[in-house]
Amino acid sequence: MSELIQVIDSYGLIVAFLVVGIIMFFSEIISKKIFRSKIPGSAIAIFFGLVLGYIGGVFGGGEKGLSDIPIFKGVGFMGGGMFRDFTIVATAISASFLLIKKSGLAGMISLLLGLIIFFTVGVALGWAWGFRDAVTLTTIGAGACTYIIGPVTGAAIGASSDIIALSIGIGVVKTITVTILTPILARRIGLNSEGAAMSYGGLMGTTSGVAAGLAATDPKLVPYGAVTATFYSGLGCLICPSVFYLILEYFL
Amino acid sequence: MIYGIAILAFSFLFGQWMGTLLGHWIGIDSNVGGVGFAMIILILTKEGFHRKGWFKAEMEYGVDFWGKLYIPVVVAMAASLNVKAAVTSGSLAIAAGAIPVIICFFVFPYLTKSLKAS
Repeated sequence: MSELIQVIDSYGLIVAFLVVGIIMFFSEIISKKIFRSKIPGSAIAIFFGLVLGYIGGVFGGGEKGLSDIPIFKGVGFMGGGMFRDFTIVATAISASFLLIKKSGLAGMISLLLGLIIFFTVGVALGWAWGFRDAVTLTTIGAGACTYIIGPVTGAAIGASSDIIALSIGIGVVKTITVTILTPILARRIGLNSEGAAMSYGGLMGTTSGVAAGLAATDPKLVPYGAVTATFYSGLGCLICPSVFYLILEYFL
Repeated sequence: MIYGIAILAFSFLFGQWMGTLLGHWIGIDSNVGGVGFAMIILILTKEGFHRKGWFKAEMEYGVDFWGKLYIPVVVAMAASLNVKAAVTSGSLAIAAGAIPVIICFFVFPYLTKSLKAS
């Protein structure tokens, strides 16, 4: 037994391929047999991933979900930034440059609109929960944009560490909400073309949420949503601690 | 096949470099749109190779392999998110994380309609 654990320990990434393969396999079966393919297997697999992340958080007691349990540490490497970004870029090989160029302006408009909506609603909710100072409200509003914009903004304008942690929490909830709701609501909101996916990526922003949600909806749309969504965090990190913060400070 | 992966790696690194440079240039110490730049570079490189007739189906396999790994990687990412903290970080985190998303689902059809009209 100790030999097996030794093997698992030394080949973490390979263990992760096996673990994820098993999750995908059972998700496909559940999708076909129980939901008659109405909910795609990938959406179920991502949901299982989140459940495992929760269970991992309960038993591992760390911040990285399942990958805090030593035998599953490879899962964290497989789901880390390097593989995630590399595979998103790879999905672009099937995208058409002409379409991206055509929808580029629409994507930019969606980016700005998305940031304004998420920031404003985040600030309003922070206000409703009793926060009144501009620094805290800006950090909460930035967290409502993404879990990257929240801490970057908070650090830039000098928010306290518990507020920064809260802003990360808000951003993670957002990612999870987008991941789960996108495949469920896609048809109802007309998210069915490449151009629509580009606007969607700009409006929602969170690259991981948008790309995961689109992957579960229609893998063809992933590169189009991702190409705009990846600019969201950059743009947000730029305008949240500057323009948005100054506007809020002026009003408070 | 390795040529395809090498092209992908080139686009990736070049894009991340541009993203980091842009981040520095606008004064925030993070990568701005690196993945987006990388995707555009990859698409342009593919177009260019096609035009010159250098592009082989083999190459696309190499890139496609990584593209197909995207969903499994996302599953692994979901499993390594701090889901517990998100669920237990209080009512404000849940409200501020979920409510704007729901509002955007209502806004989205109007956005696409008005963009189409213009």
